[in-house]
Amino acid sequence: MLTGTAARRRVRVAGVVQGVGYRPFVYKLAVDLGVTGWVLNDPQGVLIEVQGPDHALDAFTDGLTALAPPQARVERVAVTRDVVPVPDEDAFAIRASGLGGDRSAIVPADSYVCADCLAELRDPADRRHGYPFINCTNCGPRYSIVRALPYDRAQTTMAAFTMCDPCRAEYEDPLDRRYHAQPNACADCGPRLTATAADGSAVDGPAALDAAAAALARGEVVAIKSVGGFHLAVDARNGAAVARLRSRKRRDAKPFAIMVRDLATAAEVTAPTPGEVQLIDSPARPVVLARKRPGALPGTIAPRNPNLGVMLPSAPHHHLLVDRPGLDVLVMTSGNISGFPIEYRNADALARLFAVADLVLHHDRDIEVRVDDSVVRWSSHPELDEPVVSFLRRSRGYAPYPVDTGVPLTPVVAYGAELKTTVALSHGTRVYLSQHIGDLKNDETFESHRRTARHLADLHELAPRVAATDLHPQFRATRFAVGEQPVDEVHRVQHHHAHMASCMAENRVAGPAIGVVFDGAGYGPDETTWGGEFLVGGYADAVRVARLRRLPLLGGDQAVREPIRTGYALALDVFGEPGAAVAAFPALAELDEQRRHVFATMARRGVNAPPASSMGRLFDAVAALLGVCSLAEYEAQGPIELEGLLDRDHTLAAPDPRYRFDRTPVDDLVELDPAPVVRALADDLAAGVGTPELSRRFHSAVVRVVAEECALIAAAPRAPRDVVLSGGVFLNEFLLLNCLVEVRRAGLAAHCQRQVPTNDGGIALGQVLVAHARSTQ
Amino acid sequence: MTLATSAEVVLDHGTGAKLSQELIGEIVDLLGEAYLGEMEDSATLPLPGGRIAMTTDSFVVDPPFFGNGDIGKIAVCGTVNDLAVVGARPLYLTLGMIIEAGLPMERLRQVVTSVRDTALEAGVHVVCGDTKVVGRGEADKIFLNTAGVGVFEREPLRMRHVRPGDRVVLSGPIGNHTVHLLSIREGLGFETRVLSDCAPLNGMVDELLAAVPAGAVRSMRDVTRGGLAAVLHEYAAAVGRPVRFDQAALPVQFETRMATDMLGIDPIHTANEGCLALFVDPAAEADVLAALRAHRYGGHAVTIGEVGTDEGAGVFSRAEDGTAARVDELLGAELPRLC
Ligand SMILES: [Fe+3]
Ligand SMILES: [Mg+2]
Ligand SMILES: [Zn+2]
Ligand SMILES: [Zn+2]
Repeated sequence: MLTGTAARRRVRVAGVVQGVGYRPFVYKLAVDLGVTGWVLNDPQGVLIEVQGPDHALDAFTDGLTALAPPQARVERVAVTRDVVPVPDEDAFAIRASGLGGDRSAIVPADSYVCADCLAELRDPADRRHGYPFINCTNCGPRYSIVRALPYDRAQTTMAAFTMCDPCRAEYEDPLDRRYHAQPNACADCGPRLTATAADGSAVDGPAALDAAAAALARGEVVAIKSVGGFHLAVDARNGAAVARLRSRKRRDAKPFAIMVRDLATAAEVTAPTPGEVQLIDSPARPVVLARKRPGALPGTIAPRNPNLGVMLPSAPHHHLLVDRPGLDVLVMTSGNISGFPIEYRNADALARLFAVADLVLHHDRDIEVRVDDSVVRWSSHPELDEPVVSFLRRSRGYAPYPVDTGVPLTPVVAYGAELKTTVALSHGTRVYLSQHIGDLKNDETFESHRRTARHLADLHELAPRVAATDLHPQFRATRFAVGEQPVDEVHRVQHHHAHMASCMAENRVAGPAIGVVFDGAGYGPDETTWGGEFLVGGYADAVRVARLRRLPLLGGDQAVREPIRTGYALALDVFGEPGAAVAAFPALAELDEQRRHVFATMARRGVNAPPASSMGRLFDAVAALLGVCSLAEYEAQGPIELEGLLDRDHTLAAPDPRYRFDRTPVDDLVELDPAPVVRALADDLAAGVGTPELSRRFHSAVVRVVAEECALIAAAPRAPRDVVLSGGVFLNEFLLLNCLVEVRRAGLAAHCQRQVPTNDGGIALGQVLVAHARSTQ
Repeated sequence: MTLATSAEVVLDHGTGAKLSQELIGEIVDLLGEAYLGEMEDSATLPLPGGRIAMTTDSFVVDPPFFGNGDIGKIAVCGTVNDLAVVGARPLYLTLGMIIEAGLPMERLRQVVTSVRDTALEAGVHVVCGDTKVVGRGEADKIFLNTAGVGVFEREPLRMRHVRPGDRVVLSGPIGNHTVHLLSIREGLGFETRVLSDCAPLNGMVDELLAAVPAGAVRSMRDVTRGGLAAVLHEYAAAVGRPVRFDQAALPVQFETRMATDMLGIDPIHTANEGCLALFVDPAAEADVLAALRAHRYGGHAVTIGEVGTDEGAGVFSRAEDGTAARVDELLGAELPRLC
């Protein structure tokens, strides 16, 4: 094969190229093209030297991106030409992993069961027929089982299993689909399922699956150990089983997600758009919000919601369950005790989940890192060229993939906020964002927050000397970061500035920009609660130029759990006294005399009633005043149900001068007062206008005030033209899409969050950027 | 102008001249047999041998006059209770008063009368005192300071006597004092249904310690500012063990719970003036509860939790379904953090 005219090139491939079958792909490509050389994994990714005629080398380097295996994400292919040829080289080889040096290889995320594996799983003639842990280089668990890099079996929780001869032969054959598939296993050598009943009795192997299926068929609750943790499952077609799960989980209202057998089943119980189908079918296997088909399933799965969260199986044993007759749709909700993170260790699950489950289906392949289901939504609007994919939760299948900001960053570790926390670490131009961790008020969650920060840093061999955290003095992550971490600098980043910076970063807006940040609550530098803010600035600093009028949060956090408190506070603010407030909004009659008196006094005298300029609370208030939701069982239930009334129809209400916000200069900023909107709602309610239409008018008023305010801000000399929309309130699809449309119509560039959640799950990214900017100032 | 003829306290009542002499004279008269001093520059007092306990506290109560008590009663109870909980028998009190000019004389009389009545109930004597009058706005009506001396007739109770496994007992309901005062201050309407628990507890402590073997009660603390949460955190840190309590076991009066729910505050963070947290040898738990319940101030005594036998500090509240949540120490006033 050696020719006198052979050239040699060195190629570095960066991105998600380890643990995804990339080296065997390179090997085959080389063999097909008849070139020689070698390929190896090192801490930066994949390194190749290749030798042969120039035209073959060109085809080879083109193929590295164009023909890459499905799980790979090739970010960069850097070619060094004119490397000194190696005489007498006569083959292409896969070399042992190189160690040391800069660690920028990306840990692959967990993924689905690929079509090849699924076919084998279902093939009675295959040696892995019905084996629940089948996988290959193109599929299977990754991030959830990795203990350290480089990604090798010995560094995963599969280290406990020794491959049998046939498995080892596959593993060592570069032309096999299982070449260096680290979780490779079969029934003879790999993990096994076990089903344990509440009385402690257990069955193993195929009998475990039978037991789980039988329990599901009887309408029982089964805890299932999935890829990143436990689920709680019931037969979704069985209303009594759904009711049982609801009563045991003490959840009356929070929507459950479902797992369906296949896309056909998904289309039977929901009406997914082509975009939604594409997301449902993606290897990340997220939960995708798709419009329900009324009557297809019990309404109690997702009450008062036009959508249903639907996903396809993400593990072989899921397929083996939903393939069974009658079990084609399962409710799959997080396997936790309320307030706690999802269980992911067998011992904990067996100790705790019998409070909810009749049977626990688990296995002996440990989960190293807890990874919740990701939840995404695909949205489109006729006036937007591009669809908007929003992460409601970014976790399994996506973590720990980085966001590439395109800007070289100081190494920073960011600890996020308090609820829905994620951790972020910067390296080069990338920011690695952890999986969803959760509410740090829970000790176990806080522990996993610390562990995740350490794990992410270890995986990438990072030891950042700069930390970023929220400004809120009582957040646990703040106290931890300030008190315990061995860093040189800690940057306290105001919550809404972090939201804004997060959106700027993923859209590569250099700044300055106008930030429209709407969420539930964040700590402001003036020690009041913020949440309906218009900011102007860049990464290092931003100033607030406008805010929503403040309402008292009656009873502090209690107001969040009882939207009627904020509804009442809003009505009192507009109508002055209790009698007039109740007359305007009959839903307030739910408050007895005593409550009306005490709440009014709290509002007037400021008794445990901290003022908040929060848009989330305004949505709460309107939901309560319109009688949609007075007590919230889950976070943002009021706003979600208020939006649910729109039935995903994104048409703005006709312009109506009554539905406006008053603009009042207060100190050095503008206060936006919804009083006219509230009065119009009361009038229209009295005139018999239906609640869905009132919701639409309210939503539309908010959209219009956003667009108008942005236009006014942008009209100032040298004002920015980029508008970033961020904060949890922008999970509201109507608001998000229409704000994008209307702000663009006003001649400005509008951006929103697409790579990370717009809620506090995306905060850590913004914290990194702010800390970087301040640290390098 | 004498105390009897002046309708309100004036600055001259604090100048040290004739008017102040008259004021002090009337205060002493009002205190009656609760007063033991001789108007010298210092009081000369007999003390039994051995160790004494001494404490001091300043009292700023808003409002100083409330439904079933006033700042005078609180000033005696606070100091008496601080002495009692370390196992001492309170004997003597000092009484310092900072009075805002303009305080109606009738109000001052009420405070002094409360001091007298409470001191008599507690069996302590006021032995010396001081009054200062400050201009309007320089104080809020009236501030008091009391210092107290007690003697030990048994071994002092100490925090370091607490052992893993000890039971945590509350002598009475929590939250009432805070709700009562807040209700009066802000006009919330609970003030007649929820009364302050303010009471001198040395009598109850004395009967309790007489009824159970030495060492059965390891340590106790009056649950005042900072509430139960602060007390439990202090013990958890001192003992180096977690302290756990059951949400459902907490003694909270129905109307108090209603009020704290509406106000969005947790009773474990509320101040009390007549409630003890006791750390008790599990073997003596029943006897301790019986002794407490036999007393008029301990009728609702109840075990709420225990000191863990496992390592680590921290305070945990258990829900009825068995799940535990860490109770954070408040750094200051609670801020909203739900997002
Ligand atoms: Fe937020
Ligand atoms: Mg004290
Ligand atoms: Zn596969
Ligand atoms: Zn095998």
